[in-house]
Amino acid sequence: MVDGQYRPHPGIRALKAVVLTIACALVIAPFVAIVATSLADQQQIARAGGMVLWPETASVSAYTAILSGGVITRAAMVSVGVTVVGTSLSLFVSTLLAYALSRPYMAGRGVMLWLLLASLLFTPGMIPTYLTVKQLGLIDSWWALILPMAVSAFNVIVIRAFFQNVPGELIDSARIDGANEWMVFSKICIPLSKAVLAVVGLFYAVGYWNNFFNALLYLNDSSMWPLQLVLRTYVINGSALSSDELGSPTEMPPGDAIQMAILVISIVPILCVYPFLQKHFAKGVLTGAVKG
Amino acid sequence: MGLPTMARAGKRNPARSPHRTRRPSSGTSPRRRLARRERIAVAVRRDWMLWLFALPGMTLILLFQYMPLANNVIAFQDYLPFLGIAGSPWVAFDNFSVITSGDPAFVNALTNTLLITLVQTVFVFPAPIAMALLLNSLVSERIKRSIQSVLYLPHFLSWVIVVSVFQQVLGGSGMINNFLRSRGFDALDIIGNPDAFLALITSQVIWKDTGWATILFLAVLAGIPSELYEASSLDGAGRMRQMWHVTLPGLRAIIILLLILRLGDALTVGFEQIILLQPAVGRDVSEVLDTYVYNYGVLGGNWGVSAAVGLVKGVVGVVLVLGANKLAHIFGEEGVYRRG
Repeated sequence: MVDGQYRPHPGIRALKAVVLTIACALVIAPFVAIVATSLADQQQIARAGGMVLWPETASVSAYTAILSGGVITRAAMVSVGVTVVGTSLSLFVSTLLAYALSRPYMAGRGVMLWLLLASLLFTPGMIPTYLTVKQLGLIDSWWALILPMAVSAFNVIVIRAFFQNVPGELIDSARIDGANEWMVFSKICIPLSKAVLAVVGLFYAVGYWNNFFNALLYLNDSSMWPLQLVLRTYVINGSALSSDELGSPTEMPPGDAIQMAILVISIVPILCVYPFLQKHFAKGVLTGAVKG
Repeated sequence: MGLPTMARAGKRNPARSPHRTRRPSSGTSPRRRLARRERIAVAVRRDWMLWLFALPGMTLILLFQYMPLANNVIAFQDYLPFLGIAGSPWVAFDNFSVITSGDPAFVNALTNTLLITLVQTVFVFPAPIAMALLLNSLVSERIKRSIQSVLYLPHFLSWVIVVSVFQQVLGGSGMINNFLRSRGFDALDIIGNPDAFLALITSQVIWKDTGWATILFLAVLAGIPSELYEASSLDGAGRMRQMWHVTLPGLRAIIILLLILRLGDALTVGFEQIILLQPAVGRDVSEVLDTYVYNYGVLGGNWGVSAAVGLVKGVVGVVLVLGANKLAHIFGEEGVYRRG
């Protein structure tokens, strides 16, 4: 690093190591316990009185129980559907908007940019937004989970910053070859911005997957609920799932294992994409922060 | 960047490409001036596809960012859902009386909000700065990156998951209490204990977002020129003096910027987090302005009053940000945006 001539005092180095190890352990340990408990059997959970740190005999009965077509399966499918449809729509709409706003000659660009930036400052309140969703006839529709959060001004600004950095010569030469805006957008700008699109896509996907509030507000019909709301009912509020609601498996796995399995199911998609995208985070976040 | 348009628009209209005419000098030269109608025609021919690109995004922003702003008029109505905005009677500022007359439930929500904001500014705000300084002082780039990857992770979990995890660890039958009971101690009630509420939500926020918030600080730290460190060490500065005279001044602008943005959110404290924890501790300690609006308005059906509270909250937030930014300018800092 910057001042290589200093070797920190061994005591200080040890202290740093301890602090960082504790910080990492505090993040990782709960995950280990959750996964372990979801796989553990009845006796071990009972002996431990709740959570276990390592399953003695691994069994996936909790997972087969919740994924055999009951309440949780349906909620997971709703979440997957909303996330996939929402993320595709968001990425498409935001990228197009960002491209238009990145063209310095577009008439009306100033007004649109101002509207976009001002929306970051004036966040609409909960009640007026609820009324808007209602006026648009979206109550008790899955679109209510998607459309209100489909365009994030922050993400549009991040993508726009990338498009602005696409070398002008590249675009000019495409133009001379007769490319129109759509071709420049799809053949030049998109392929050059894959990294940022991946990160913004992740931000959108995480937003949809994790959203709890829109579902709470706009879906009265509990059979339409996504995973996060179901999670609240059965994990935080601790309501027990009956075998009926689970899709009647032959035997009921322990309640703790079921709760933990629901948690795992809601975390796994994030854990799957995370390793592939996290190297791009800093770039994506910083472009937005600096150019905003 | 204007070249592509010239290539295209120029062919059809050899006079001048319209973006040129917008430049300040263009107005003075008669040769460059185009008739207004002609200019619009050129813009339409050139930009129609871009407008089409922007249309869906701008529509969504107008619908879900600006239409709600208009719906704020119900703050001045005795809004009844079956009458709608057009049919509900106007009541001027009646709805604002919960604020002006000091309605106890509102005062409780306001007090809790301010207390939580204060505590979180003191404990949550410095945490990522400290963590970034610590990470920055590591010599091995690889260890630094691995630790960062781990610490970013909780940011991507939903509040429902975070609250669930905390409940499984700290709750009545959670890991810690099982351990305590198995050693013969009394169990600690952390989740449902009003006295522990502030500490609980603060530690949850720290757990979830400290790592993520370090990104910004680490980037700023990486941008401090290494000559500054070399020069200061030639002048005999030790590590602590370097931190004080080089590192912290380097972070000053970003710290001020984040504090200003935070001020704008002073009346907004984690709605999802608190609404999830509320059933366990009760509203006395956990009701904040956002949960008040939800409980009183959406659940209680008092639309007009809670819209009024939300409106005041939003206006206060904007005023705080703009005011703080002005103040930053007065003290010679850059703030959120440059002086316009």
